[in-house]
Amino acid sequence: MVKLPRPPIKLKDVVLESGIEVKPVYGPEDVMDRNYERDVGNPGEFPFTRGIHQYMYRARPFTMRQYSGFATASDTNKRFKYLISQGQTGLNVAFDLPTQLGLDSDDPRAFGEVGRVGMAIDSLKDMEEAFRDIPIDRISVSLTINSMASVMMAMYFVIAEKRGVPLGDLRGTAQNDILKEFVGRGTWIYPVGPSIRLVTDTIEFCARNVPMYYPVSVCGYHIRESGANPVQEIGYAYAIAKAYIDDVLKRGLDPDKFIARLSFNFDIHGNFFEQIAKFRAARGLWARIVRDDYGCENPRAQKMKMIAGGGGGGLTIEQPENNIVRGAYYALISALSGTQTMALCSYDEAYTIPTKKAALLSLRTMQILVEEMGLADTVDPLAGSYYVESLTGEFERRIITCMKDVDDMGGIVKAISEGYIQREVSRQAYETERKIQSGEIIKVGVNKYRVEEEDRAVEYHDYDREKTDEQIGRLREVRAERDNAMVKEKLDILRKKASGDENLMPYIIEAVKAYATVGEIADVFREVFGEFREPVRF
Amino acid sequence: MIAKPGLDGHDRGAKVIVHALIEAGFEVIYTGLHQTVDNIVEAALQEDVTVIGLSILSGAHLPLTKGLMEKLEANKMEDVIVLVGGNIPKRDFDDLHNLGVAGIFPTGSNFEDIVDFINSKVGGKVA
Repeated sequence: MVKLPRPPIKLKDVVLESGIEVKPVYGPEDVMDRNYERDVGNPGEFPFTRGIHQYMYRARPFTMRQYSGFATASDTNKRFKYLISQGQTGLNVAFDLPTQLGLDSDDPRAFGEVGRVGMAIDSLKDMEEAFRDIPIDRISVSLTINSMASVMMAMYFVIAEKRGVPLGDLRGTAQNDILKEFVGRGTWIYPVGPSIRLVTDTIEFCARNVPMYYPVSVCGYHIRESGANPVQEIGYAYAIAKAYIDDVLKRGLDPDKFIARLSFNFDIHGNFFEQIAKFRAARGLWARIVRDDYGCENPRAQKMKMIAGGGGGGLTIEQPENNIVRGAYYALISALSGTQTMALCSYDEAYTIPTKKAALLSLRTMQILVEEMGLADTVDPLAGSYYVESLTGEFERRIITCMKDVDDMGGIVKAISEGYIQREVSRQAYETERKIQSGEIIKVGVNKYRVEEEDRAVEYHDYDREKTDEQIGRLREVRAERDNAMVKEKLDILRKKASGDENLMPYIIEAVKAYATVGEIADVFREVFGEFREPVRF
Repeated sequence: MIAKPGLDGHDRGAKVIVHALIEAGFEVIYTGLHQTVDNIVEAALQEDVTVIGLSILSGAHLPLTKGLMEKLEANKMEDVIVLVGGNIPKRDFDDLHNLGVAGIFPTGSNFEDIVDFINSKVGGKVA
């Protein structure tokens, strides 16, 4: 009897966002080209694909650092203390938009925005209040701010100095990645050139004076959130990081040292294994870039350090409780990817800045992974998986191609200045949205399993309008109490120095110490540098 | 015209809507980020736009929309159709409608609904 072949099963094609086709089954033949020592390496060894430390979380779990800050410095101070009391191991500071854009709280342009998406900082006085009784010598603080990062860092350094914490021992991170702000997130002020100069000034200042500090966290996160695919997320971020490195090299600093103090901020949403492969590939590639392009032999410089958190872009307005589940998977991905620091978007972030309850739930999500489910037990447990290793190799190749494409556009600085990256990203955002609306990309609760008349019982973080008056009152007190002649003198010096090419950090610090306000310092820079004119391309 | 009033820098939604409206055959002007209400009204006047779509994600939609509506009225531009999109909670819909907003399209709205709504209001006229 002739055995008839089984009718072929028609399998659905699976193509990842990065364009990689996924096979239904992976086997040894898919990892033939991957050499363990060359391409993967032991944890803590070049190229660090498996992780930057030998024992990873077994020795020290990832830092848990939920983004928080709202209303005034004293409200935020209370939230910080609450999160620390609940086991959070780092702080991630949210500033309101006027602070991020260099406007004082009484500026007409700040109307309606004071203390809304983060805390309002007008002067050193507010910053002192925000960190009152917080042990900044022991808890690492991340300042999530960009065009005004130099000023916030200056304030933070002054507080350390006043408390007797030597700058040489001070730890922490500033986001301070202005180039990505032109692509996504949008809190730019000055033109591209002077904006990069401020970043370079902070890197140089820290390299010479605050050596344990991470002055820049280069963000693929917001580029991805703006619509880029996971390959572009890494490719563009690396191109941006290289732009900063190239600029700092002109100051004569040792790349082995200052590159070791650069870190990254990446996004997690979308396909589970695609994200894990992305991070493993990214670590290997960064080690090679640093070694081969900059001749760095210092493993600390070669190690790609990151905060990888759940991206808001994956969360949905619809059926908000589903976001709790998504957040837990994002945390799992992050832990499986060897992140150094984790922050999760809370389930209510499609609606509001996180309530206390939502922030706590995110923290508990991370704690459950580490302390209950054994995610800290062993390093890079997916290593050796045919699928994950094959995907990791393919990812690395695609990131390299993406970076070459940026070179072909004339380099990242030109491509951003002229709006080409922004156009690429927004076109892709449109395509993704179109595919969601047509059902090609499935979002549970949005275009499948949708409940039309659902009860979206999300508790809102309440915006307290009276806090604005309180903040403006404090600002006026500062202006009345400080030595205004001294402020003027310090701002005049800053203006003069801004027109030259000396490092501005010492002069910003002087102005901050005299209680010059955020708006006054930004105005000096606006005057000297001008403002960015956004290229509009579709 | 798609406008980004205020300080919020999240422009993914605004740009996506620009793409969708262009695709649907509209002539679209995008203001770029960090626009004051004055800038927006001035540009709308100069370009003689029929529809202004505000995209706001920071939560400041009520004060910003109120400012825009007052300015439009002061310039005798009450016939301009105002739409608001972004991170807009349902509890604020009534307040926005009371300010004179014609349509609210929160995050997740369909292109088709937005296009149909504009067409129903302007009857094929564009900008």
